[in-house]
Amino acid sequence: MPEANMNQETYRQSEFARASDPHAPAGSRPNAISDTLKADVRGLSFWYDKFQALKNIDLPIAEKKVTALIGASGCGKSTLLRCFNRMHDLYPGNRYEGEILLLPEKQNIVEKGIDPIRVRLKAGMVFQKPNPFPKSIFENVASGLRVRGIRDRAVIADRVEEVLRQAALWDEVKDRLDQSAYALSGGQQQRLCIARTLAPEPELILLDEPTSALDPIATAKIEELIEKLRDHYAIVIVTHSMQQAARISAYCAFMHLGQLVEFGTNQTIFTSPKEKRTQDYITGRFG
Amino acid sequence: MAAVNIEDRAGFKPLSDAEAGRVVHAAKRRDFLFAILGVFVLVLSMGMLTALIVDLLIDGLTRINYDFLTSFPSRRPAQAGILSAWVGTSLVMLTTALIAIPLGIMAGIYLEEYAPKNWITDIIEINVSNLAGVPSIIYGLLALGLFVYTLGLGRTVLTAGLVLALLILPVVIVATREAVRSIPLIIREGAYGMGADKWQVIWHYILPAARPGILTGAIVGLSRAIGETAPVLTIGALTFIAFLPPSPIQPEFPFLNFDWLTSPFTVMPIQMFNWISRPQEAFHINAAATGLVLIAMTLTMNAVAIWIRYRLRSQARS
Repeated sequence: MPEANMNQETYRQSEFARASDPHAPAGSRPNAISDTLKADVRGLSFWYDKFQALKNIDLPIAEKKVTALIGASGCGKSTLLRCFNRMHDLYPGNRYEGEILLLPEKQNIVEKGIDPIRVRLKAGMVFQKPNPFPKSIFENVASGLRVRGIRDRAVIADRVEEVLRQAALWDEVKDRLDQSAYALSGGQQQRLCIARTLAPEPELILLDEPTSALDPIATAKIEELIEKLRDHYAIVIVTHSMQQAARISAYCAFMHLGQLVEFGTNQTIFTSPKEKRTQDYITGRFG
Repeated sequence: MAAVNIEDRAGFKPLSDAEAGRVVHAAKRRDFLFAILGVFVLVLSMGMLTALIVDLLIDGLTRINYDFLTSFPSRRPAQAGILSAWVGTSLVMLTTALIAIPLGIMAGIYLEEYAPKNWITDIIEINVSNLAGVPSIIYGLLALGLFVYTLGLGRTVLTAGLVLALLILPVVIVATREAVRSIPLIIREGAYGMGADKWQVIWHYILPAARPGILTGAIVGLSRAIGETAPVLTIGALTFIAFLPPSPIQPEFPFLNFDWLTSPFTVMPIQMFNWISRPQEAFHINAAATGLVLIAMTLTMNAVAIWIRYRLRSQARS
């Protein structure tokens, strides 16, 4: 694709001068966006022991927008997502290099000195398979609040109702809050997991293929929910569905073999990608 | 590679009806033969167990009555009872449970969640499993040397509780580890993903989900301990006790009394062993009756465990 596409976008240098980034190879795209940033990935590499799964990733995450990570299985998109809340720290031998700056504090959340728990308190995650805890519906949503040390029962009850309403689940569960979460359907369980993530008011919401285990109707409900949430939160979603990425994301990043091949607005990636590999992937010619 | 013409499938034709029939017939025959074998093995093993219990019932059932349960042992078989034996067994089991279950759960959780993965941990893990296979009389010798002589605890309820706790500790540890390990990864990651710390994850998410498995391990261990004779005999439990240990509960403050821990005692397997070795036929009947009570106690323990497990499960589900 011609370089002219660059100019069609209203690119603006982010508040970080990427030109001075020591990790950025000469002449690389700045990946800058016109929106306010919530997080900024700069020169991030990641190793599972000796295997390098992420190679020098640069990626801005916009505030109150959905950023979709797409790419074939094994390209590193889930690995990248799990860096945002230091999930990799649960297993020995994993290593980060580079930065993920959380704004406005400009705190590098993959730095060794930062406790992963601090990071996870700010970045909530929803997993591929719905994973409610073996507790009641109410307790599932309350668990994130309890982890933060909130003990006041009235405060917890209010917040549980509020986020269940936000997650469009309240009407379906209000009469059985004390029942086990396992009694819910898969789609309801996933919306419960989203409510659980919302409850403590995270700064960043990470969705790891949240609809891959759901039927089309449940998927539509989750997408509807994401469309509601995206006006309030910075959301990063990993998805295998091109249609889903096209429908809900504002920005889209295409990854291949641990590298970020192309990043751009939804429109650029899906209508006029610069890279041939991106075009091949989104049109289904490989991957 | 040259394109293969789909018409050229040399020699392979769809199965004819008769051939398909033969394949199905052979499969059904295998299933039938295996089912027969299974029923045979089941009948054999269950039959032997039933025969054993029926034999005990025929011998002992007539002897079980209120007096038998509330009398001390006696030289006259008709007046002898098992009061001191079943009280002793109950107190020893209480001591064993109070020591082995918390220690075993803590050790299991430490090994599974906290211990660094290195060769020292590996050696500990291998030895924990090996300890479960050490003959119980060896534990008895250890207890005799360590608890009775070195620590001077005497031939008491406490010593018996300690040795039986040591004996079943590996069982509880292994069961705890298995139960903790079987918690799905997604539950664990979900809890960590919210920002829970290790203690919160273990206490609020892993332990509640692991409870049924841990409980099963504890009961299997206690069921083994209740029937153990050798280690209790080795530390020198008395065979003729005509008094009860002090009651653990008292009407005055602080309501609990721990003097029973240092009391001499006997347990049911020892009472049985003692009666079996007498020449009089009447004592053998007493022994059978004691065996029935012992089985009843074990089954009650198991029943309580099943009930608790059922309660926990329906709590998690409904």
